[in-house]
Amino acid sequence: MKRLIAAAALMVLVAGCGAAPGAKTEDTKATPAATVAAKPDIAKAGDVTLTVWDQNVRGGQNKEIEELNQQFMAKYPNVTIKRTAKSFEDLLKTVKLAVSGPDAPDVVQANQGRGTMGEMVKAKLLRPLTDYAKVYGWSDRYSPTLLALNSFSPDGKDFGSGDLYGLSQAGEIVGVFYNKDKVPDPPQTFTTFEESLQQAKDAGDTPIMFGNLEKWPGIHNFESVLGQTADKQAIRDFVFAKEGASFNNPDFTAAATKIKEWVDKGYFNKDFNGTDYDPAWKAFAKGQSPYLIAGTWVTADLEQRMGDKVGFTLMPGVDPDAPVSLGGEDLPWSVTTASKHPDVAAAYIDFLTDANAAKVLVDTDNLPAMKGAPAPASGLSVDVSNAWQKLNDADGVIPYLDYTTPTFYDDISSAIQELLAGKQTPEQFTKGVQEKFDKWAQSR
Amino acid sequence: MGAVPLSAGRGSGAGDRPPGEPRLIGYAYLLPAFAVFFCFVLLPLAHAAYLSLWHWDGLTVATWAGLDNYGDVLSDDELRGAFVHALILLIFYSVLPVLIGLGLAGIMARARVRGLAFFRTILFLPQVIAMVVVAVMWKMIYDPANGALNRALGWVGIPGQSWLGDFSLALPSIGLVATWVYYGLAMVLLTAGVQKIPTSLYDAARVDGAGAFREFLAVTLPALRGEIAVALTLTTIYALRNFDLVYITTHGGPGNATSVPAFQVFTRAFETGQVGSAAAVGITLTAIIFLISLGINRFSERAV
Repeated sequence: MKRLIAAAALMVLVAGCGAAPGAKTEDTKATPAATVAAKPDIAKAGDVTLTVWDQNVRGGQNKEIEELNQQFMAKYPNVTIKRTAKSFEDLLKTVKLAVSGPDAPDVVQANQGRGTMGEMVKAKLLRPLTDYAKVYGWSDRYSPTLLALNSFSPDGKDFGSGDLYGLSQAGEIVGVFYNKDKVPDPPQTFTTFEESLQQAKDAGDTPIMFGNLEKWPGIHNFESVLGQTADKQAIRDFVFAKEGASFNNPDFTAAATKIKEWVDKGYFNKDFNGTDYDPAWKAFAKGQSPYLIAGTWVTADLEQRMGDKVGFTLMPGVDPDAPVSLGGEDLPWSVTTASKHPDVAAAYIDFLTDANAAKVLVDTDNLPAMKGAPAPASGLSVDVSNAWQKLNDADGVIPYLDYTTPTFYDDISSAIQELLAGKQTPEQFTKGVQEKFDKWAQSR
Repeated sequence: MGAVPLSAGRGSGAGDRPPGEPRLIGYAYLLPAFAVFFCFVLLPLAHAAYLSLWHWDGLTVATWAGLDNYGDVLSDDELRGAFVHALILLIFYSVLPVLIGLGLAGIMARARVRGLAFFRTILFLPQVIAMVVVAVMWKMIYDPANGALNRALGWVGIPGQSWLGDFSLALPSIGLVATWVYYGLAMVLLTAGVQKIPTSLYDAARVDGAGAFREFLAVTLPALRGEIAVALTLTTIYALRNFDLVYITTHGGPGNATSVPAFQVFTRAFETGQVGSAAAVGITLTAIIFLISLGINRFSERAV
């Protein structure tokens, strides 16, 4: 036994000789600065290979980026784009390692929030793009909330302000899909929406199809309700961890109480915590419920299955003229500090988000996040596009709660499952989530 | 190092080692295998142990944590819960498969069935399928609305359950999948053991008037001790390092009802930037697996 301990001690010594983990990469890195003053001429940049990591692997998204990459390389024959496509989950798990490694890509999609982008800014792995934003006029392309979602202070501590670290192409809304056969007139206010849910229940229907086995869908349903009980600025301030913002307050508890009430009244299918996401929206598509609360990423699938029987609306608001909806934009395209060609990388990002790109996005059934994008010709996309315009005109986007802290996705998705199953009261729920947040805030 | 007094006057060659003691050159033969083992097992293990002493997000400079991360394993409800779940899963991964395997082996020991190999192959089959496939398949079987299990229960008038969504059912539901996968392994190991028991022992038992059950207790069971130990060790390791099943079916949910240590290691290291804590959980898990395996082996050796 003694020998065993000695061997273990020796091994620890061998493995650990020297510095704290992460120290050697840190020493050499100065805080990256944004200093470009004029539009660089890419045609004169020489032969450049731009390595890009993205997560546009699904149908329309893949089409869109392939098309734009081709166009960019045709415009600048001296630039070659080397694309690595990974699914969202795979990208999320590898991007930090890739960017901190020796062969870091030039451009990556770094997910919003403290979990990915915040950590990477803190480690000085991303180049601030504020200078390019001025040169190219990027702030005119997006609403302030959408820019805030891709912004951090240079030390990574403040989310939602400071320098811009990336731009997104596509917008996203979590809203209400409805079956036009069952809901000829979609409700316009939160009150009439609830009445409609009760009517569906009385008629023996399942009002809202919900699949929460994978844990994250609960965030969307909860936050859709939260947007109606709490002030949108209070939600944003909490996600951005602004001074004085809190989760444990009466408005947030009201949302927890409301959604639990929906569970108790039977507005969701009975076994939602044990139902997978895909079977849930497929059940809605088969006409088994009048409503589905989901993100615009299921638009194409629903339209394919339901044709013109499906409609989309923002979560009906307490004030119908001031809609508030969970949403935002897809993963932002960011430039790494390791990139030797930040000018080319920025020009590429500019190209992915200009008016031409907006048109390509519409043509490939995506929802452009940019202002003034052309309207789609027909189908469910028209509903989605109108909702997006309406939401942005009202500045009603509230960001995903899971951006809040690096561990918040786990914290809140587990807590919501427990709330909905009655394992926690609404008061315990908001208090518990607040405690998790405070624990992080102290170690910040 | 202090000075070592030389033992003067005595010859120090190969000649004076005790008889039967291997020559030192023997260790050189171990070297290639040991080098591989050292580089790919011991070194990473030591590195993980080292990382577990730091608060590290994987990117920026770490801060010294000492034994904080290990303290969390004991005090953090979520982590402690994960270890408790792993121990509960032991029943489904190890105890049940070995009991079922014993039962089947006992039956096969008495009745020499025709087409034995065929049945054995069928029963062993779950073991061959990749765990990912098993998990996806069972997720569909457990689906509350359209799953095969609830439909089958519906035919006999039993109301369906939300197998993976119910806080008290989720862990046993996952455990039963593991039982289904691993009883085949236990059975094959144990029937192989049964076949090497001399039939004369059974004849003797029968002459002494032993019934089927008595025969099983007095002859089959003691002879299978070694195989039982192997089956228990293997399945215990599978139980404690279980990750894929939980990751694919429930992501540790509902709430944290099915969270297990390996799943915590994964999310902490790759998702939430708590590399030090992940390493501490991993090291603790390694130590527990080591101790339990050691216990099982000690027990079987002593008993034989």
